[in-house]
This record gives sequence, C-alpha cells and structure tokens, in this order.
Amino acid sequence: MDLFEHQGKELFARYGLPVPSGEVALSPSEAVAAATRLGLPVVVKAQVHTGGRGKAGGVKLAGDLDAVRGHASDILSLDISGHIVRRLWIEQASDIAEEYYASFTLDRSARKHLGMLSVEGGVEIETVAARDPEAIARIHIDPVDGLSRQACRQWVQAARIPEAVAEAVAGVLETLYRAYVDADADLVEVNPLIVTSADEVVLLDSKITLDGNSTFRHDDYASYDATQTRDEREQAAHAKGLQYVGLDGSVGVIANGAGLAMSTVDVVNQVGGRPANFLDIGGGANAEVMSNALEVINNDPAVRSILINIFGGITRGEEIANGIIEATGRVEIDSPIVIRLDGTNAAEGRELLEPHLSDALRMEPTMLDAARRAVELAGAGPGQDLP
Amino acid sequence: MSIFVDENTRVVYQGLTGSQGRYYGLLNRDYGTKVVAGTNPRKAGTDVDGVPIFATVAEAAAATGATASCVFIPAPGVRGAVLEAAEAQMELVVVITEGVPAHDEAFLFNKLRRDHPTVRLLGPNCPGIITPGQCNIGITAGHIAKPGGPVGIVSRSGTLTYQALYELQQQGIGVTTCVGIGGDPVPGTSFIDCLAAFEADPETRAVMMIGEIGGSAEEEAAEFIAEHMTKPVAAYIAGVTAPPGKKMGHAGAIVSGGKGTAAAKMEALAAAGARVGQNPTEAGDLMVEIVAGL
Repeated sequence: MDLFEHQGKELFARYGLPVPSGEVALSPSEAVAAATRLGLPVVVKAQVHTGGRGKAGGVKLAGDLDAVRGHASDILSLDISGHIVRRLWIEQASDIAEEYYASFTLDRSARKHLGMLSVEGGVEIETVAARDPEAIARIHIDPVDGLSRQACRQWVQAARIPEAVAEAVAGVLETLYRAYVDADADLVEVNPLIVTSADEVVLLDSKITLDGNSTFRHDDYASYDATQTRDEREQAAHAKGLQYVGLDGSVGVIANGAGLAMSTVDVVNQVGGRPANFLDIGGGANAEVMSNALEVINNDPAVRSILINIFGGITRGEEIANGIIEATGRVEIDSPIVIRLDGTNAAEGRELLEPHLSDALRMEPTMLDAARRAVELAGAGPGQDLP
Repeated sequence: MSIFVDENTRVVYQGLTGSQGRYYGLLNRDYGTKVVAGTNPRKAGTDVDGVPIFATVAEAAAATGATASCVFIPAPGVRGAVLEAAEAQMELVVVITEGVPAHDEAFLFNKLRRDHPTVRLLGPNCPGIITPGQCNIGITAGHIAKPGGPVGIVSRSGTLTYQALYELQQQGIGVTTCVGIGGDPVPGTSFIDCLAAFEADPETRAVMMIGEIGGSAEEEAAEFIAEHMTKPVAAYIAGVTAPPGKKMGHAGAIVSGGKGTAAAKMEALAAAGARVGQNPTEAGDLMVEIVAGL
C-alpha cells in the first residue's frame, strides 16, 4: 500500500522529523487559499502513487498567487505515467544547499533491514547505483537489535556526510528507522533529504510503502487504504475480498491459489492469448466465492472468454463442481466459460458438471487444453497475433 | 528416509482448538501423523477429539514428547507463538498462517538464528510438509502424494505443490518429502536449506523445485545447485508474464525495479544445470524423464 507524499510527511512530522509546512489542495482555489496561509513562495506538488513527477511537470515553484493558481490548474488532471493527478500538496519553498538520499527497506536475501544513504540525492537512486555504487553507504540492521545512534554516526561517516550536519543527519536516520519499524513499512525513502544554507536538515520528499499484512495493528491504515488508486475492476474485487490484479487481455482467469493463478496467466500467454486478469479465489471454491469471482470478471468489458482452473487438494472435486454450477446459475455470464478441474475426486466433479456442459460452459482435461480452448473462444483478441 | 519429518515425529498443534487448527490437525492425525497435543491457555485440561490440550508448548512437550509444532494461530499471534515453540525447544515449527507482517518474519528469522539455532522454522504462509505415508503436517491433501521416493519436492507455492505431487502420483512416481516453504518475503526455511537436506538424504535421488517471481531466492538456489548438488533438479517458475510492480497474491511475488523476473530465475537455474519447464506439466514431464534415467 503506497502513501502519498503528504501522508508520508504527516507521518514523519508525528515523530518530530523536520518537514516543510504544507497543506492538501484539491482545486486551484484551495491551492491559492493554502498558499496565502503558508506564505510565499510555495511549491505546488502533484500527489500521485508513482515516481517521475518532476520530469512530468508535476512539481512547480510559485512566487505569487497567480502562479499558484496557474500551476495548480495545470497540474490537476495531469497524467503522470497513467496516474491522473487529483490532489496537490502546497508546501513552503525550501532553500536547498545540498541534496542527500536516505531509505530503509527489507533486504530479503540478507533477511535484515537495509539502510541506504548517499550524498548524491535528488536523482533516482538506481542511476546513482549504476554510475557509482560506492556513492551509496549501506547498512544492514538486525531487527532484533534495531539501529543505535552510534551505528547511525558510523553510517553517516561512511557516506561522507559533511561534519557540520553529521550529527543532525544521524539523528534523523535514527528516528526515521523507528518510524519505518513502527509503521511496518516495506519502504521508507527520503529523496531528497536536504541541507539548507543555514545547515538545517529537512526531509523534502517522502515515499512510503506499507505492508498490508500489518493492517491489524495500525488504525491509520484504513485512511491510507481509502486513498489507494485502483482501477474499477480492482476496486470491485477488493471490496469482495478477492486477490485480483487487472491485466489488459481478453481471457478472464480464475484459479485457486496464487501460484496456480500466476501459472494460469502464464499458460494463457504461452498459447497465444492475453489474460484479462489474475484472480486467486484461495483454497476452497464454494459457490459464494465463485459467484463473486465470476461477477467481477463478467463486469470487465474486455473479457471474451473465462478460464476456470481449479486444482482440488483438500477441497474435493464434487464440492468444486457444485460451487461452479451454483455460481453460473446465480450470475448471468456474457462470455463462454472453460473449466479445468483436477486433483482430489476430479472424476466425480467432472461427472457432476457433465450435464451442464454447453457452448457456454465447456470442460477440458488439462490446464494447457483449457487455456487453448479459452484463447480460441476469446477470438480475434489482442493476443491473437502472438506466436 | 526423508527430510525434517518422519513416522516418529510427534507434533503439538498451536491453535488446535480453532476451526482451522481442528480441521487440519485431525485430518493430519487421520493420515497417520502423531498428533500428540494441542495448546490453548484458556482450554488447558480439555481435549479435541481425544487430543489433550495444554496451556503452553513447554507443558505439552514435557507431557507428550512432542518435538515439532504446527501453528494455526491467527497472524497477530504468530510472533508470540513461534517464540513460545522455540523456547520449548521444538526442532521444527511449521507456520501455516498467512498474512504475517514481514517485519515479524524478519524479526523471527534473526531471533531464532541467534537464540535458538537448532529450531527450524517452516513458513509462515506455507502449506506445510509431508513425508508421504509417514507424516503430514499442514494443509496438503495427503492422498495425492505417493510414498517412497525417489523425488523430493520444494516449493514456494501451495496449489502448484499439489499439482506437482498429483502429476508425479499419476505417473507412478513417489516422493520422499515435499516441503512448502511459503511465498512470503522472509521464509524461515529456504530453497537452499531443503536442497542441502535432499542432497544429503540417500533416498532422495532427484529434486523438483517450484519457484515464483520476486526476490532472489531462486537465483541463490541456482548457485547452490551449481556448486553443491550432484542430484538432478527439475524446476518451474510461476509468473513469467506477470507485469512489474503488481503483487500477484503472495506477498513475495512481485517484480520490482526489473529484479526478480521469472526469466532471470529460469536462466540462472538452467545455467546451473537444472531442467526448467515452461509450465507445471512440462516440469512434471521433465521429472518423469529424469526418474526414468536414474
């Protein structure tokens, strides 16, 4: 779950971390009102869940209120890598002398938290890493020990942060790590972390990704969830508690288990089709879950056929077959359905499905056969010219 | 032979009194697993279908000789449950629960490595482990696995594991042990841990490995295969066509910054000498060829 920049800065501020004053604005007039309260000059910043804002014209300095209105009007509705700007952050302009980079994330292969710090901030860290890996000072943090001020001091020294601000930066890092851990974040990134000409250290940007698994111990996650940008299909699936990812093809995919669903998406591609989605209905496949899944897929206008790929483990074939039969009775489906049912008591399940089969509901013996049939039924979809 | 569990493994179920714990715990017992105890501090002294319930894992272990635990506790309680099992010196702790925070997983991994180095954590968010015909801990359907070897299976995905077990059974091929390591960012047991154990197990003569996009565990496994494995490996990686930046169900299954792609993983495994299938069926067919040639 990604936070907007302003949500991240509000989180930082709760820890006493230095961030510029700012306000959210949803319209040019709100932007002007905010700038009036904050005092000029201000920076008008697009709030989107993606990077590359600056290059796309989503961040502008305004010296007077006319400029605030103009920039706000230009930036609202801007399309930044497919994300339409709906909200702005109006912020007091900062006097930037130096730009650093700081982040914390989980290093899966080291199984520890990874801190990265560089005096070359303000640009993408991947660019810095590619050009000069030495310019990034890395520190692995054992979650059992945490991060001490002393470790921060050594880290700051390794990054060649100037003496004048070393202690201030070390303090910011120590607190930032605490915020990262408390928030159960997958990523906390500050780029740039600036030094003003008065040698003040300020967190000028924020990029925070939270771990959805930690929702149970964070009351504030609900408010972040409400501001997530999802396409309509993903929103509908999310509301029904389904694991759904929208893709751009014409074959709707339903499978049980994340691995099998991913594999089904792969196989549809491999036989020359294009999946419309990834949808994992989880271990069981009862009528309720199956109807919800079919409904979500049926509402996607791009779908031309639906592939149901179920492997029965503990859930038996008969239960799965009955779930599918009941679900197809409940929901009016516009596209032909192809079923592959395998695993525990698959023969019994297939027998139950047999009398219900028609042009609208077909069954194939294997995953590959079912994928081929579903792709064929999707017709001259966007994937047909693939090898 | 087998790895990690066999017919002598005695298991305590943390959360046996809950609906999931009871359902799978009793299924595991029906399979033949020595389900010797359950825990629930509020229900100590009672039983679940004859399985005695104790207040703590330590008490259960003292009374029943349990050496492994299986955790069906909801995600908020997993951190505490695993530490309790580790302090009671369980040799194996299998966490089926999904939705455990990544920070808790990282904490547990490091805490166990430092303070309880003899404890093996499997999972969280995994289907468990089965040595067919002997011991089934978790949610794998036991009857789709043929006992006896010669194949060992290690997998990051639940349903694809079942698919693999089933395809091998259909081909008449047995399995020594099948380990589901789970699809989360910091699993307690890695591919490498399992590959090393299979390499050392005389009954296991070939290994099937099922990975998926995200992280670099498969690439690290490939390095291990190249340097340490003498036994043949067949592999499959799910998520070849997954778009970058999208989480595909498992918390760990995400391609970010061009890293963790299926193509890179397949390439690394092939370069290490593994036979790599393009889909689960092809990987199964490759294993059939490998077994025929043993």
